[in-house]
Amino acid sequence: MHALNIANLKKVYKGGVEALKGLDLVVKEGDFFALLGPNGAGKSTTIGIVSSLVNASSGDVTIFGYDLQTQKAEAKSCIGLVPQEFNFNQFETLLQIVLNQAGYYGVPRAEAKTRAEKYLKQLELWDKRNARARELSGGMKRRLMIARALMHEPKMLILDEPTAGVDIEIRRSMWTFLKQINEQGITIILTTHYLEEAESLCRNIAIIDKGRIVENTSIKALLATLNSETFVLDIQAENVPKLSGFDYRMLDDHTIEVDILKESGLNAVFVQLQEQGIQVMSMRNKSNRLEELFVRLVESGRAQVGG
Amino acid sequence: MSTSSNWVALTTLWLKECTRFMRIWVQTLVPPAITMSLYFIIFGSLIGNRIGKMGGFSYMEFIVPGLIMMSVITNSYANVSSSFFSAKFQRNVEELIISPIPTWAIILGFVGGGVARATLIGIIVTSVSLLFVDVSIHNLGVIVITLLLTAVLFSTAGLLNAIYAKTFDDISVVPTFVLTPLTYLGGVFYSLSLLPEFWQMVSKANPIVYMVNGFRYGFLGVSDVSIGLSLTILLVFNIILFSLAYVLLERGTGIRS
Repeated sequence: MHALNIANLKKVYKGGVEALKGLDLVVKEGDFFALLGPNGAGKSTTIGIVSSLVNASSGDVTIFGYDLQTQKAEAKSCIGLVPQEFNFNQFETLLQIVLNQAGYYGVPRAEAKTRAEKYLKQLELWDKRNARARELSGGMKRRLMIARALMHEPKMLILDEPTAGVDIEIRRSMWTFLKQINEQGITIILTTHYLEEAESLCRNIAIIDKGRIVENTSIKALLATLNSETFVLDIQAENVPKLSGFDYRMLDDHTIEVDILKESGLNAVFVQLQEQGIQVMSMRNKSNRLEELFVRLVESGRAQVGG
Repeated sequence: MSTSSNWVALTTLWLKECTRFMRIWVQTLVPPAITMSLYFIIFGSLIGNRIGKMGGFSYMEFIVPGLIMMSVITNSYANVSSSFFSAKFQRNVEELIISPIPTWAIILGFVGGGVARATLIGIIVTSVSLLFVDVSIHNLGVIVITLLLTAVLFSTAGLLNAIYAKTFDDISVVPTFVLTPLTYLGGVFYSLSLLPEFWQMVSKANPIVYMVNGFRYGFLGVSDVSIGLSLTILLVFNIILFSLAYVLLERGTGIRS
């Protein structure tokens, strides 16, 4: 069964801004799915419609087979949402926030208390359960929103940029937690600006731009289409190096940037540099691989639309 | 959701609303007690003694039901308008929108909070009035029904205000420019029979006249209008406002883009 099935989804905001232009998307049950796109591409609108925060102009959304229009309560019960911005009552305690959320989904208070302890402990917030939400740090607030979204034990968790503004240590621990709950069977849909996050967590990916899906495939398949990578080499050289058969740029007297085609390999670069008496002191990828692909896909999508 | 799940959702929201106004009791429960004590001292004791009888009762006895009703109206309205608008402003209303809680339960949860605060304040103001005058009860049933219907009505009106409100100013405009004048001109401090015939007619277009008089009838057994008409008007207004709130929230007016 599909966890999420979106067909021909359109959204025109008051004032005429066309955020979605007939978006189609399928997410399989149990998937760890990334939804990527530049700012204003339509990610938040899509998530907003799926989670009932935004009214669709037209199109169909089904969640685990439940139609969002006609079987609203069943469809909503399947989703847990972790929004991009903090949206809890800052004056309530953590325990009040998670218990109330469970109550809105019809979870009886005794069961809700058991779950609150479970999820607040898992997200390392149990010690803070009686603190007011406004007293928490940014990372704790993010984790609180995850705990809140899990209180009714949804089949699908949607996270809109969950690690924005979170330090590396907490980000890694959140990744571990998300992987664990995905392994337990919860479908996860993630939007993120950290492409490294999508690459290390997600199995499948859709790239959205200007209200349309421009790519929808597995991360592996997507990365396989990447036919070149850019490396930055720190060198010690008395003369300006010359490389034949490669695109390269000198960033300064000691740094060279080289584009390497997948089939050509790195050895030829080292051989040529050695012949010129140049020593390579260190080397690194210029950027995340997925980032390069992302930029290319968005640019090519725009070129097609424009053309 | 099943009936039991809906019940859990409704009671959760209602308790949350009650917890909210109890948490800030200095802002919500104390001011009406102080204001009403001042009304009792100034209008009831000091000036009231010079006014003499009104409707066959001492002026203090006459104004007590009206002042209780005035507190009920302003507090039920303020509770829901500020709570719902704060939920919109802080965006925690999204907790409700994404959940399967039915629209009628959202309305009843917020309105229930307003009614709880209004009832509590009604009890506080009545208790304060006992310090100044012996309060007689003519018909407890009418008192309870009028108080509940009025509290529900103004809680729902406060909800409607908050649905449309975009700024905090928007939730203070109606109480200042509509509610306060209608309440003061609604027969809290005087009997309509004191007015010239034309202004009596005009006053009868003010729905608050029916609430104040219905409530006064419950205490004193006297009213400027028919008690049956009072209850009917309250019921009709309640049905209209509840339906309006239901349609607006279903559509997502003010809460969904």
